[in-house]
Amino acid sequence: MNRASGVFAVLLAVLVPLSLLAGRVWIDPFAPALPAGAGLILAELRAPRAVLAVVIGAGLGAAGAAMQGYLRNPLADPGLFGIAPMAALGAVASFWLVPILPPHLAAWSLPALALAGAGGGMALLALIAGRTASDAAGGAGGGIALFTLAGLMLASLAGALTALAITLAPNPFALSEIVMWLNGALTDRSWSEVAIAAPLTGAGIGVLALAARSLDALTLGEEAARSLGVDPARLLLLLVAGVGLTVGAGVAVAGIIGFVGLVVPHLVRPLTDRLPSSLILPSALAGACLVLAADSIVRILPLVTELRLGIALSLIGAPFFGWLLLRMRRGRL
Amino acid sequence: MTLAADNLALTRGGRCVVEGLTAALGPGRITAITGPNGAGKSSLLLGLAGLLAPSSGAVTIEGRALAAMAARERAKAIGYLPQTPDIAWDVAVENLVALGRLPWRDRGTEAVEAALAALDLAHLRHRPASRLSGGERARALLARVLAGSPRWILADEPLAALDLAHQLALVGHLRGCAAAGQGVVLVLHDLALARNHADHVLVLKDGRLLAAGPPAEALDPEVIRQGWGVRARWLGEPGAMALSGVLPGEE
Repeated sequence: MNRASGVFAVLLAVLVPLSLLAGRVWIDPFAPALPAGAGLILAELRAPRAVLAVVIGAGLGAAGAAMQGYLRNPLADPGLFGIAPMAALGAVASFWLVPILPPHLAAWSLPALALAGAGGGMALLALIAGRTASDAAGGAGGGIALFTLAGLMLASLAGALTALAITLAPNPFALSEIVMWLNGALTDRSWSEVAIAAPLTGAGIGVLALAARSLDALTLGEEAARSLGVDPARLLLLLVAGVGLTVGAGVAVAGIIGFVGLVVPHLVRPLTDRLPSSLILPSALAGACLVLAADSIVRILPLVTELRLGIALSLIGAPFFGWLLLRMRRGRL
Repeated sequence: MTLAADNLALTRGGRCVVEGLTAALGPGRITAITGPNGAGKSSLLLGLAGLLAPSSGAVTIEGRALAAMAARERAKAIGYLPQTPDIAWDVAVENLVALGRLPWRDRGTEAVEAALAALDLAHLRHRPASRLSGGERARALLARVLAGSPRWILADEPLAALDLAHQLALVGHLRGCAAAGQGVVLVLHDLALARNHADHVLVLKDGRLLAAGPPAEALDPEVIRQGWGVRARWLGEPGAMALSGVLPGEE
């Protein structure tokens, strides 16, 4: 537990109760009488939503920290590398299946197919990049560069197939469902979504923690890392599995929520010794804080329909990305 | 303690870069690997470090094949410093040096402190890598290798980016390592550095061993003519020799 973990753990401990109280119906803990239905709102709406925000934010934050460490690049975002778009493609495919499945299966088809999409994306990435990792050991070089390209190829392929699914949507209702869903949100989520996402995300963060010291070695470059005993094939598998579990679980229950994995490690890095291993746990905590805070804010904004969380975070994230680029140009990163 | 290549062949990108190379390197001395551009120097160093698997033959350390050793065990025995060691994150010097302890999975505080002291970095321990000068950076990266207490130190062109004073200082540090019993193997393209500072020289050409031996013999003008196609002669006195060379036909 380093200083950054402590800071964000305290912040999270403050944010969780605040988030439970905030919403269309404000709950004042010091009021003599709670508003009608407060217990139900807390237990069935706000508590699962807050837990889900924490789980998804933690997964995205940890995945971002690990991905930046692996690619040795502060501009890497786990969403860029095929796994989130593949999960989204799986989820979109489920909109086609729902009408033909029996009702008790239909409810599970979206998260199941999203996870299958994430799993397929992981397998393809490991297959393509794993081959290049072993080539690199044989001296062809560029294992991580080829991983990046394989991820971008997968992301654009999944994006194209998703766009195709949208243009061929069976009916306007399905079309609007798909488009809404692609912009992630935590509205009306229940404990059953928590039951899907929490164990997978926990396992994913655990897998990424196993890769932490190998990521530190990569600070010195691929060859130096191998000379320190790092097995590039094992590291690739840990990374793909860890990012796949965290990002796949998030997309499966909430849709695409971008930029958290990109932004969070930058908020955390100045509070640490800057080695990737020191970043993973605090980035998980900071990601939880960011998603929880953003979700609470979209909930209380006085708009006709709730602003989608995925859109809100991209609205914050894109200018932040531009600011990072400007800082990089000035050589301060 | 010998690091040996036995009829070693190495392939990179489908191309044979080292062929039929047999050499035994001893600890306690500085061995220089030299040769014209593209001769296979860096590939041979990777092979000796166990980072490029032999396509035939073997590299052995004390008679054991590197290819059969676990990666961590090999990493404890052999420290490798790449040619262009970039540092991805702006870490402080002491954390950078402590990365050398990764194969040991310990903090190795004593070894890290000793490496910082040996390379005169103790006062820079908290300085971020981005604010180091070229010479300080080279020392910090070598200290990272030393912190792993390897029996062998293999470095690819560690002196290339340094000015004369920093070259001599770094050679002095490496000399100290050799005196302490570690084996030091350097890829050097600067023949004068090899001649003046190495105890043993391997000259490669087209992936094969052209000459091996003490620097005065292995870097004899005839070898330089065969290897580099340059008519050369050594000037100066032992320990401070300079090379004067002309291309044939320019005289």
